[in-house]
Amino acid sequence: MSTSRLVNGVEVASHYRDANHQYQSNKEGLWLFMVTEILMFGGLFVGYIIFHGIYPEMFAEGARSLDWKMGFINTLVLIFSSFTMALGIYFIQVKQNKKATIALAVTIACGFVFMLIKYLEYTHKFHLGLYPGRMLHMHEGAPEHANLGMYFGFYYCMTGLHGIHVMIGMGLIGWVMIKNMRGDFNEKYFTPVEGVGIFWHIVDLIWIFLFPLLYLVG
Amino acid sequence: MGHVSTGKSYINEEPGLKSWFTSLDHKRIAILYFVAVMTFFLIGGIMALLLRLELFSPNTAGSVMEHIPNFLRKAGDTPADLYNQVMTYHGAMMVFMVIVPGIPAIFGNFFLPLQIGAKDVAFPRLNLLSWYVFMAGAALAVSTFFFSKIDTGWTFYTPYSIRSGTSVVMMVVAAFIMGMSSILTGLNFIVTVHKLRAPGMTMWRMPLFCWAIYSTAIIQVLATPILAITLLLLAMERTFGVGIFDPKLGGDPVLFQHFFWFYSHPAVYIMILPAMGIISELITTYSKKTIFGYTAIAYSSIGIAAVSFFVWGHHLFVSGQSEVAGIVFSFLTMLVGVPTAIKMFNWLATLYKGSIEFRAPLLYALGFLFLFAIGGMTGVILAVTAVDVHFHDTYFVVAHFHYVMVGGTLMAIMGGLFHWFPKIFGKMHSETGAIMSWVFIFIGFNVTFFPQFILGAKGMPRRYFDYIPEYEQLNKISTVGSWLIATGFIIALITVIKGLTSGAKAPKNPWGSKTLEWHAESPPIMHNFEQDPIVTAGPYEYK
Repeated sequence: MSTSRLVNGVEVASHYRDANHQYQSNKEGLWLFMVTEILMFGGLFVGYIIFHGIYPEMFAEGARSLDWKMGFINTLVLIFSSFTMALGIYFIQVKQNKKATIALAVTIACGFVFMLIKYLEYTHKFHLGLYPGRMLHMHEGAPEHANLGMYFGFYYCMTGLHGIHVMIGMGLIGWVMIKNMRGDFNEKYFTPVEGVGIFWHIVDLIWIFLFPLLYLVG
Repeated sequence: MGHVSTGKSYINEEPGLKSWFTSLDHKRIAILYFVAVMTFFLIGGIMALLLRLELFSPNTAGSVMEHIPNFLRKAGDTPADLYNQVMTYHGAMMVFMVIVPGIPAIFGNFFLPLQIGAKDVAFPRLNLLSWYVFMAGAALAVSTFFFSKIDTGWTFYTPYSIRSGTSVVMMVVAAFIMGMSSILTGLNFIVTVHKLRAPGMTMWRMPLFCWAIYSTAIIQVLATPILAITLLLLAMERTFGVGIFDPKLGGDPVLFQHFFWFYSHPAVYIMILPAMGIISELITTYSKKTIFGYTAIAYSSIGIAAVSFFVWGHHLFVSGQSEVAGIVFSFLTMLVGVPTAIKMFNWLATLYKGSIEFRAPLLYALGFLFLFAIGGMTGVILAVTAVDVHFHDTYFVVAHFHYVMVGGTLMAIMGGLFHWFPKIFGKMHSETGAIMSWVFIFIGFNVTFFPQFILGAKGMPRRYFDYIPEYEQLNKISTVGSWLIATGFIIALITVIKGLTSGAKAPKNPWGSKTLEWHAESPPIMHNFEQDPIVTAGPYEYK
């Protein structure tokens, strides 16, 4: 089906009754997708818990080798970006689309800051030879534990998968920002912005669990 | 609806091949899936025939695998290596590319919106996307064939899958991509059921096929992400050696089995639940009787979906999981028998005193009841931990899951195909052809797989390339059976092609069925119904 019609200035696909029907359906689909995202990370969390139980010292040593200040700054950056994302949706709802564009731009900028800090952390680890698994290669002065490779296996898998999501989120926010600048959204129609917003909040939420598990628990 | 048919339908409304590959219409997307899945089924089937041919006799007289053309094999592969590869592709293709997408993506896509009186699924664009995602994954999976293949079995068990010198990463990524498609399809169907039912179509007026597709969609959405992360971790394990599944690095290979079956056992119900949905439709239509225990069948679908998440441990009875866990999983597994039996009894009670019409779809449905009863009951036998120690990894297990997957799901696919053929294509197929295909498939199936129960009980291990002479006779019978099945499918293919090319025009409702899709034209128009339907009664108001 490819036909759609305009109802009160909102484009409604022909298999929906009205704009609200379409909006509610889209939102339900999006939340279901978020459930799958959380479940996917859930597998990693379960693996983390199991091996943390088996090798607690190794995880403690791994956590010590991370710089909690970097992680903490990143947590603040992401929480702030969640706030600006919500502001973006709010401004569209109250017909201040220009401010919404600024809020979305700030959100993307926060994403860049987050990825930059992550990049600095990664390169520092690489410099010390702290690679995942069997590639772990210690230089002098670096921590030493027989199994540290597995800790960094988890570290890179979890933060890596999260980082990919942050980048996808930045792309999506860029997309709705451009659409907003073109005037595609109004107080009656802002489903894509809200959808991207939900995605961004979930990505933040996952980091809020990753940060204490990787940097603080130990 | 009383309109004069204009001759327009979803098939001819937009002409050109391009319009098919860009169509957002759920019926056209169903046809795209149909063609793709049937192609993969053909390839997977040829591989099954090859495996059976290899096992026709013990390998004293040379191997069939030596006849595989050179461009399809790596230098230095022994016949035994080739056997492992063919077995892996047979399993992986049949599971990920045929049975899992089969009923939901073909019949679910086509009939879920029609049966609930909707114009389309909730997200038509996403629907088309999931076909392309599926095809991308399938193409990647097939392309491993021309690289170094895989030989791990479709389960990718560690630690072997970490060490195997074959293209495991590519295949795992392919399965990941196809899983994504499965998630998107499931998500689409859940929202469709929640939001797009026609006025008056309450949840409890939905046809049971919709209930089955709905339950399946829930499992697809909740279980597949775990497969995704498991496969990603396996890919990481092979590429970077992260050590999570590798015992050499302190990891735990049994954890992989837990993760894998946490998806793959619910996936078994992704494969069988929609089949049960089709069977409900067939039995009530061809016995012209209101289905017995509608609510019980609907609830039992949800019940099976729920219990399916708590039984994965029965794949690990001999993998070193704790005895307590084994006992708990054993009981939970037997619990699946309860909702399943509820369905079986309801189907039988529906047949009781109905005006039964022995058409091909009903024969397939009766075949399902017979074969699935055996498949299900042997599942309960395998759930007994003490018995499983003996039967584990023998042909008994192979026979058990083929009775469920082929005897169950494939029978339902064939029954559904001949039931809905007039509606999908607007042409009538030959009833004789359809019945003949059933005779060959049903008899051939039993000849192939029943001896495998006996072989398994006698201790013949599964997955092996060769066997001791004592097993020869039963293996020969089994191989002959596989030729009968192949004949049955060839007859079915000819019946379908003849129906498409020279079948008479199908009326709206050739079988006198009561569900909504039969109120639409055959084949349906682009937006399904001439007038938006308003539902005032349940789905099976016969008498």
